[in-house]
Amino acid sequence: MPRVVKTQVEFEGRFYDEYVVIEGEDVPPWSAQQEFSVVGQPQTRIDGVERVTGAAKFTHDIQLPGMLYGKILRCPHPHARIKNINTKEAERLPGVRAILHSANIPKIPWRMGLTLLFDQTLRYAGEEVACVIADEEEICEDARELIEVEYEVLPFVLDPLKALEPKAPKVHESGNLFHNEPEIYERGDIQKGFSSADVTIEGTFRTQTALHNCMETHGSVALWEGDALTIWDSTQHIFGVRDVVAQALGLPKHKIRVIKQYMGGGFGSKNSAGKYTVMAALAAKMTGRPVKIILDRHEENLAAGNRPASIQTLKIGAKRDGRLTAIYHKSVVNVGAYATWGGGTTGPTRRLYACPNMKTEDYSVFTHLGPYSAFRAPGYVEGTFALESMMDELAKKLRIDPLELRLRNYAESDPATGWPYTTKGLRQAYHRGAELIDWQGREAFKRKYSTHTKKIGFGMASQIWGGSGGPPAYALVKINPDGTAVVVTGTQDIGTGTKTALAQIAAEALHFPISSVKVELGDTQLGVYSPLSAGSMTLASVGPAVRVASEEARKQLLDVGAQTLEVPREELEIEQGEFLNRRTRERTPVKAIFEKLENFMIIGRGARGPNPEKKSVNTFGAQFAQVEVDTETGRVTVQKIVAVHESGRVINPLTITSQLEGGIIQGVGFALTERRLVDERTGLVLNASLETYKVPTVQDVPEIVAEMVNLPDPEVNNLGVKGVGEPPIIPTAAAIANAVADALGSRIYDLPLTLDRVLTTRELP
Amino acid sequence: MAKAVKLRKPQVERRGPSKTSVRLTVNDELHEISVEPRRTLLDALRKDLGLTGTKKGCDEGTCGSCTVLFDGKPVYSCLTLAIECEGHEIETIESLAKKGQLHPIQQAFIEQDALQCGFCTPGQILSIKALLDINPNPTPDDVKRAVSGNLCRCGAYPKIVQAALQAARQLSKES
Repeated sequence: MPRVVKTQVEFEGRFYDEYVVIEGEDVPPWSAQQEFSVVGQPQTRIDGVERVTGAAKFTHDIQLPGMLYGKILRCPHPHARIKNINTKEAERLPGVRAILHSANIPKIPWRMGLTLLFDQTLRYAGEEVACVIADEEEICEDARELIEVEYEVLPFVLDPLKALEPKAPKVHESGNLFHNEPEIYERGDIQKGFSSADVTIEGTFRTQTALHNCMETHGSVALWEGDALTIWDSTQHIFGVRDVVAQALGLPKHKIRVIKQYMGGGFGSKNSAGKYTVMAALAAKMTGRPVKIILDRHEENLAAGNRPASIQTLKIGAKRDGRLTAIYHKSVVNVGAYATWGGGTTGPTRRLYACPNMKTEDYSVFTHLGPYSAFRAPGYVEGTFALESMMDELAKKLRIDPLELRLRNYAESDPATGWPYTTKGLRQAYHRGAELIDWQGREAFKRKYSTHTKKIGFGMASQIWGGSGGPPAYALVKINPDGTAVVVTGTQDIGTGTKTALAQIAAEALHFPISSVKVELGDTQLGVYSPLSAGSMTLASVGPAVRVASEEARKQLLDVGAQTLEVPREELEIEQGEFLNRRTRERTPVKAIFEKLENFMIIGRGARGPNPEKKSVNTFGAQFAQVEVDTETGRVTVQKIVAVHESGRVINPLTITSQLEGGIIQGVGFALTERRLVDERTGLVLNASLETYKVPTVQDVPEIVAEMVNLPDPEVNNLGVKGVGEPPIIPTAAAIANAVADALGSRIYDLPLTLDRVLTTRELP
Repeated sequence: MAKAVKLRKPQVERRGPSKTSVRLTVNDELHEISVEPRRTLLDALRKDLGLTGTKKGCDEGTCGSCTVLFDGKPVYSCLTLAIECEGHEIETIESLAKKGQLHPIQQAFIEQDALQCGFCTPGQILSIKALLDINPNPTPDDVKRAVSGNLCRCGAYPKIVQAALQAARQLSKES
């Protein structure tokens, strides 16, 4: 019988109480000593062939008979009102099939009602004005140029501090401060904490707006068959897209099918449906033909989200021995024109160190800029940069080794809740990382290899994040009459290797070889709900359900096998995908029993159980950076990053290092080169292309030494796994900034660490 | 639900030159397509020939996802017009595996896990193929130079370099 359980669910550092339905009984966790044949072994991707041959179909690659294309006309002003749209000329162009805009499309609320699908007030340069549907993309582009829009240009504000001033232009009628108040957190007594401190330090840090720049831009293809709608969407959340489109179009959810088999990167920017998704669906309905809308690179960088810029002030009080007595952390985040939740950065401050007295304030401020979205560990990359920079400043002031300072403030239990951790491998990560980079030998190394103009520096930073995953997540495991198994879930593989890891778990639990296991996902029609692939939650949510379903399927297979083969149930087991009679050692292929059973199919069902109560589930890690700073040119070269992370049990050591390296490389970009530039006078983005927005190339990659502390978590779920998608990007920029400060002898408080900042910050000898 | 927009009768002329016939030799096969002169090789491959293994990441020569081989040399197919390709040999990712057998570079990409989302992978592989065709024993720096015009946002770079070196070793063993 299904059980309804109340449980705490964490997502992107926030906690929610939810009721979830758990079907069937969970299975006991695998022990730390458990021996495996598939889990924990390096496994190449089960869909590797599709990905290297061009056979993998991404949303961009969906082509349907009679398909039309859509292109969006975007507002050239940061704040304007549409007075008139004239589409006459555009409509007369041969091949144009429809033009959607505010005058001919119903008012569909968008972004929590802050705007409409086609709004007459436009709040950032790049916001959607109209959408041209035509036979070819080229015709869309021609027609788009023929649309005449008369704008009333309105005053705008770009700076979040100015936006908070009383006379600032309003982004929304409700005001420029998200929720009209800051998010405030307090514990202990901050005044007492600071007065009992021996030393107090303070600093203000600024981080830049970063753009995701997924290689596959956002987009959708929509197809109607009768009153049923199918959408192919480049998304991290097929069920989320379904729900948003259902609401926007007033359709029942079951009329909408969303498919996403392969996706060219998301990094948090594809957690929901886009306006383009709804426009494609509307246009397909209007024209009676399938419609494809794919953003171009510039649109992607104007309208598809960003990691929002922050201004953070941190004040830290400590005893002479380094023990923290108080932290005050105020953060102002420029969330752009729209936000569905706050863009706080103070999470790491609240949760990383044992500090009894604390106050944090997060202000999320609307401005006339492109809306923010989650970007791999939102808030935590920025907050960790500020916090870990200050910890190094404190270490310098107190003449304590930076690693030692962190160990002296090590939190043995969660400082925010007082709860014990299920597991915490941060100490192991610190020690192993220090060993790998030779932390103790760094001064000798610096002396040996630094020159007058090339200064070597070392720095480190810590990582905390959630990553527990949680219910609801469900799975089916089917055993086909040919003796192969199929895992069915509603999750999606966004490039992280989910499909492969789920196949490993199923193979292990079924006692099948992995070559006999297929995984189906990325389609709401499969009917098996799974959460979005974000927040480092996919494997820890879906994996345990797959294990339950596999164990269930294996039991059924043994029941059916024993009766069909006419042997006692207890004498039968499954090994390498075959029945093994323990007594006679006789082996029988699984498919042999089905030959007697006609087309019977075994189906095991599994659900993710609840998370442990009153326990904190976190992932941890430490990164160490070695840099060389050229004091003549200001150039920072990251020579080496050592990363040691703890995310519970490792399912696939091959793909997990890919995730670690990828996170670190994005972190290097955030530290050194990535920054959206906006012209202050016009409010226009100046570098919406990959020529001018500098993501790391192969030439920018340092030597990376990445390891996991393989520490199965006995309480989080039946696999002992936690998430790993976001952790590796969290401490990279902080570690690099600390290494640069070590090399220069003075600190840069702003990211990225550009040449001019290095040259103007350095202390003259 | 929105109703269909009533469009005015087409009256204006389509802009630019009209469609013209173009012969393309792609993966050793001859194709004849009818496209506007402004159609890029990338769009011709993807839309007219259905070869969607070549990806569009930027459409302006900045990301390398659309890399194909033009007479054996890597080019950005988004910066190449289809009509420029008559009389030239175009090679795309679809041609690498022969008789169901992966090319050693493809095999190495799988074994080294030199990809995550896989969107830039076809371009990376073709840039490496062009390198190995002229330089069978590349250094890591040679590989980096060869793929420095191929962006990978997932950050598979270290393993891409390893995969190229593994493929080079495999190919020289085979030859």
